Order: sequence, then structure tokens, then C-alpha cells
Amino acid sequence: MRVHRWLPHFVGRAGRRLSVRLLSISLAALLLAVAHTAVAADGVDPAKDARAFQDYFFKKFPGVKPDDFANGPYALNEDMRRQWEEKEQFPPYEFSLEAGKELFAKPFANGKHYADCFADQGIGIRQDYPQFDTKSGKVITLELALNRCREANGEKAISYTGDDMAALTAYMAFTSRGKPLNIKIPDDPRALEAYEDGKRYFYTRRGQLNFSCATCHVQNPGERLRAEVLAPALGILNAMPIYRSEWGGMGTTSRRFITCNSQVRGVPLEPQSDEYRDLEYFLSYVSNGLPISGPGSRP
Amino acid sequence: MASSIRVRAIANGDTTDVQTLIQHPMDSGFIKNDKGEFIPAHFIQELTFEHNGRTVFVADWGTAVSKDPYVKFAFKGATKGDDLKVSWIDNKGQTDTATFKIQ
Amino acid sequence: MSNSLGAPVRLCWVIVALLTGHAAFAANSEAGFKASYAAADAAEKQAGLLRNQWLVTEAALTEARKAAEKNDFDQAVAAAKEAEALAKASIYQATSEKAAWKNLEIR
Repeated sequence: MRVHRWLPHFVGRAGRRLSVRLLSISLAALLLAVAHTAVAADGVDPAKDARAFQDYFFKKFPGVKPDDFANGPYALNEDMRRQWEEKEQFPPYEFSLEAGKELFAKPFANGKHYADCFADQGIGIRQDYPQFDTKSGKVITLELALNRCREANGEKAISYTGDDMAALTAYMAFTSRGKPLNIKIPDDPRALEAYEDGKRYFYTRRGQLNFSCATCHVQNPGERLRAEVLAPALGILNAMPIYRSEWGGMGTTSRRFITCNSQVRGVPLEPQSDEYRDLEYFLSYVSNGLPISGPGSRP
Repeated sequence: MASSIRVRAIANGDTTDVQTLIQHPMDSGFIKNDKGEFIPAHFIQELTFEHNGRTVFVADWGTAVSKDPYVKFAFKGATKGDDLKVSWIDNKGQTDTATFKIQ
Repeated sequence: MSNSLGAPVRLCWVIVALLTGHAAFAANSEAGFKASYAAADAAEKQAGLLRNQWLVTEAALTEARKAAEKNDFDQAVAAAKEAEALAKASIYQATSEKAAWKNLEIR
């Protein structure tokens, strides 16, 4: 490293070596300080994406408090908000939430519990999901983690779109209410790839109606789609799982991705397929910092 | 088994505000299951609220009311600490009843 | 539509069609249906590899199969051709979106 040319002439050779070392150390420290999240060589910069993503919505809806985006359409429509706030005093998801608490506490046949598979006994950890598993090189969502826990303890996996998974994730979300989303992308090219794949999925048009997720949730949040008010993409997963009046019950993220696909007349993928997990990874990451508001209720 | 009825009744001066959430399938009889068979109609027909033996609210329901119905209403003449009795009967003759303290 | 020359002429055309592989001549036959259905199915499978199938394509394929079961090969071929067109459109969508998605990206 030829830095010695501009060092003061009175600094000896030992001094030059020390200066080079100091320079290397300080450069390294600077890089570490700046790179909270990995940046790929080809320019994938999730942190930059997240800032741009959040800025877009903050600018589009300047009257909305940042945390309020976790409440979806209620942040954008006064009338709906009023009805929702009333119902929150006595929310429709109470039954599912109670069922979830019971299911979570119920031991497996081998005597172990869901709590044994998660950090902090599975309480107050929902904001850390999805996570990137460096061992398998894949994104692990909360739903996937729950079924993996079952299978690791000799139980059969449960449906990703059924009531039990919805109830379990509702309970886990409830224990994390208010905690800011805290998704991490480790310094692993596979994690960056998963993030980028999720981002690409989000913006890709699909189905006969040729809509991408962004078409509704980036270009038209707050607008009406038939009788519904479209939610902004920012914070859209913070309320999951959701009790939908339309469903008459609690539904998982898997279920929502599948129905969104069908609604644009695309054949849905399998629940927890790579695309859906990567999508959840991307959407959650760019909403980092926003509070968990789940389980939510929606029309 | 836990009651199907949840109630929150709060006295505000002369008026008591009541909110209720009832767990019931409220099947209309028009929906088919996965096998293509109609799910038989199963819905609450009458929902009654009583205070001190006096009926303060009656709902005559049919198939248009959705699953897990939520009801909100207000009535006069009760005070904090009074009992509010809630009962329902459905088209299959099944019933449930519960009593709550007005807060 | 009744053909006064009857079955023998139709049979000749079917033989010609099978020999020449020209689907248009055999449009009203089971063989014709099988050919157009196979084409539609292949396209839909390709769309499946691209993870971008449409519900309407699946519906058209089902309609084609159901019509063929009832020996209504005119309808079956029409539905199969529709399915093929839809499948190809979904392939086009998936392929062009590989670059076009960036147009919607928040940057």
C-alpha cells in the first residue's frame, strides 16, 4: 500500500508500517460501521431499498404517522378507522386468539412443546420472522418454523392455510404487539438473493389481470377496489395473521398470498413455496422498524 | 366448555353501553362444503338481554347475520354493579345464557 | 353441419389429416382434439415451469376435456386453442416481466 509518499518525511519505516496498519484498521472499522446490512457486489442494497420504500409512503401520505402504516387501510380511511377502533374494544379475533394460546401450550405426544423450538419460549419473538437460515440456505417464516417444530417432535405438519396455523401465529403475533419488526439479512449471498427474489416477485406482473403486488399496494393504496380500501405495502405484514370478515375467520399469510394470486387470476403457488417465503422476507425487511400490530382484523 | 357469549357493559351516568361478541357459526344454509353438499342452516333466531327481569334488547335474527355476531347497543335505567343477563336460542333449539356485571 | 357426401368423404379427410399431420383438416375429430389439447397442455406446462399459470387457462383446459368427453369436438378444440393462446400469453408475461418489473420498483 503506497501511502508512505504523503506521510511526513520524518516518519521512519516502522512508522510507515504502523500508519499503513492504522489506516487499514480504521478503513475496516468504517466499513463495518456503515454496513449494518450486507451489500452485494452487483449493487443489491436492501438498506437503501428500505429507506426508499418507507420514504415513498411517508411522502405519499404525509398526514399518517409512520407506525400507523401497520394498520393498513385504517391509516388511510377515517370512516373505516372509526369502525375498526370500536371493534378493537371487542375484537372478532378473540376466539381464534384464545384457541391459539391453548394450541401453543398443548404438549406434543413426546411431551415437548412449541416453546422448546423457539428463542424466549416463543413469546415475543414474532418480529424476528422471517429469518434466513444459513444452514439450509433458505428463508424460514414463522409458519414454516412452527411446522418444522412439529415434525422435529414426531407430529404431522398442519395446513398453512387452516385455522390452527392461523390461531397459533395469531397468538405469537399478539405476544409481540408493539415490538418493531426486526428482520435481518446476514452477510450471505444466498440471503441477498432471497431478498432480491422476493423484491422481484413483489414488482412482477402476474395473472390474467396483469397486476403485480405493487400495482395495488404501491400505486393505489387508499383507493377502492370494489368495496375494499387497498392497504399500503409498507407495514402490510405487520398485522398478520388477520381476521377477515370476508373469510369469517382468521387467516394466515400463506392464505393471503394465495388468495391475492387467485384474485389477479394467477394460479397460486404452493403455500410456503420459495417465492412466497422470499416475498415475505422482502416485504418484512422493508417494513423494519414498524410495530407488530397482529393479529389484525380486516373487512 | 366456555360460554359462547362475551359481554362488556359499561355504565355512563344514566346510560349503559353494551357490546357483545357471540361465538356461533350462523350458517345460512346456502353455503356448500368442499364435497359440494349444503351446510345446513344453523343460526341464532332470538337474542335477549335482560336487566332486573326487564327485557331491554331483543334481536330476531335470520340467515343474513354473519358468523360470530357482534352487537352494540345502549339502554337506560341501570347502574354499575347491576346484572345483565344475555341468552340466545337458535333454529336447532340450542341455547346459551350468561350473566354479567355492569361496570 | 351435415355433409351430403357423408361419412366416406369425412373419413378420407381424416386419413389425409393424419398422414399430413395438418390439424385443421381433422378439426372435428378426436384426433384433432388430442393434437390441439396436447399443444395447449405443453404450453401450460411451460408456463408452470415459469411459475406463472393463469386460472383461465386451467378453466379452458377443463372445458376442453369436458367437451371431448361429450364428443363435442368442435367445442373441445375451440377451448383447447383458447387454452393454448392463454398459456402462451402467460409465458409472454413471465418472460417480458423478467426485465419489466423494474419499471414498478421504488428506488
